[in-house]
Amino acid sequence: MTEDLYHDIILDHYRSPRNRAADLERADVHVHHNNPLCGDELDLRLRVATADGTAAIDAVVYDGEGCSISMASASAMTEAVVGRDLADADDLAEHFRAMMHGEPAKREDDLLDGIAFQGVAKFPVRVKCALLGWMALRDAILTFQQGEASHRVTHEEPTLAGEANHE
Amino acid sequence: MFDVTTIRKDFPVLERQVHGRPLVYLDSAATSQTPQAVLDAMDRFYTTYRANVHRGVHALAEESTAAYEDARGRVADFVHADARGVVFTKNATEAFNLVAYSWARSQLGPGDILLTTQMEHHANLVPWQLVQQQAEFEIQYIPVTDEGLLDLDFFEQAMAGGRVKLLAVTAMSNVVGTINPVADMAERLHKSRDDAVMVVDGAQSVPHMPTDFAALGADFLCASGHKMLGPTGVGVLIARPELLDSMPPFLGGGEMIADVTLSGSTFNEIPYKFEAGTPVIGEAIGLAAAIDYLEALGMSDVRRHEEELISRCIPALEAIDGVRVHGPKDPTARGAAISFAVDGLHPHDVGTIMDREGIAVRAGHHCAKPLVRSLGSVATTRASFYLYNTPDEITELVRAIEVTKQFFGNLG
Repeated sequence: MTEDLYHDIILDHYRSPRNRAADLERADVHVHHNNPLCGDELDLRLRVATADGTAAIDAVVYDGEGCSISMASASAMTEAVVGRDLADADDLAEHFRAMMHGEPAKREDDLLDGIAFQGVAKFPVRVKCALLGWMALRDAILTFQQGEASHRVTHEEPTLAGEANHE
Repeated sequence: MFDVTTIRKDFPVLERQVHGRPLVYLDSAATSQTPQAVLDAMDRFYTTYRANVHRGVHALAEESTAAYEDARGRVADFVHADARGVVFTKNATEAFNLVAYSWARSQLGPGDILLTTQMEHHANLVPWQLVQQQAEFEIQYIPVTDEGLLDLDFFEQAMAGGRVKLLAVTAMSNVVGTINPVADMAERLHKSRDDAVMVVDGAQSVPHMPTDFAALGADFLCASGHKMLGPTGVGVLIARPELLDSMPPFLGGGEMIADVTLSGSTFNEIPYKFEAGTPVIGEAIGLAAAIDYLEALGMSDVRRHEEELISRCIPALEAIDGVRVHGPKDPTARGAAISFAVDGLHPHDVGTIMDREGIAVRAGHHCAKPLVRSLGSVATTRASFYLYNTPDEITELVRAIEVTKQFFGNLG
């Protein structure tokens, strides 16, 4: 069962993170999320490109401190969402969230390595770790759409559903 | 000296398996396990004489009142205190809140300093911060050195200033294990100012070493029942009776009153003034049975057993490549809560792999975030030992850390 949690793909993202950087040139939005319960800290930066009236993720980087699940999930997330338009990336994040709550995976192919986190759903206390990067992404998209450049969110104790609440 | 193998048979939970492996329970600093004798005592209350206390004239009420008051006496004897100063609470946290809302709120004001430390559990920080919003005193924190000791120069300077009216210090850290010189600090405080009081957090020390409230010289001592083999839902505030008597009530309701009219109330004598409503009867009876169990073993021997485990555990952990132990290394200077870091690994990952090996450790900030931050970290892994732990379990701990390191492989 440990293999469900620490899938080889997850360990690979932990050991060899993708798009992990402390800064992003010409970033449009920066969000900082932390989970005081376990001390995880995550910074996510997005650069948005608009063409033909559609805003898409031109570049996304993350940085932070946290367990293997939270950092690897953020890494896999960046690969899955770069290039997508904002609404589509948000929809993919919603699919990931549903999958972490035990619903059948949809858009499996679009999640790329994100699908490897399916087994984390069996570990309720770790679900919030896998969701941290994706929730930061959704917050970054929303922040951008509201015309803001930065936002900070503290995730409180997980609810029964294993979800985090916003400030 | 007691025989650990025999003792373990008194704890039903220690027989269980976790993920197909024998349970190695190394989380007693969070909560201890319960011996059968405690369960039996509570069972007798619920099956043969359950009744409310201090009211009613029937036989069951008399028996339950006698058992409840006997429990108060057992607690008092256990820590060498006066039973009139023993208040049952739901946990140690409530005991701190009682002191904060009753004593601190009425006695502290502008110009006064409440001195505590960076080492404290949130239970000994947050109540003061809450009351500070109403009473406008100043809070200062004694820093913690790199060795995990209190900065006593800072303490001495604060004493020399003469403005510290409340000193709140843990007797034993729940994260780094440090045993603080609380008796010396109490003496120094009382020399600096006649009206100053000291609160000692005994949540970790009372279960693990002999406690003498009279010799300690403190004014309040807070402790928790569930960390000393008792049930959850019971804690105690130990106070100097004359001080307790001078304090306004904390929670209001039945039991704590002498008379109630529509224009006001007068209050019961101590300690009942501070036990509003039906108290924790079954839990107090369970706690008394836990104290019986501890006294039969002898608290000096409990402490000796744990010093032996500490003296084996710390070198064994430090022998592992990439493992650092936080806090004092000298077994006589610390308790058996041992926090450590494994280079490159997050404590939650360490804790999860350990769990799969049947080992229960705590990973996180241990409700002491300022201290954990001072260690340069957001979280630690903590193995904490008690009277039922064995040297073999240290071997298992070390093995599981090696397994964890291999699992995550060549990181960094």
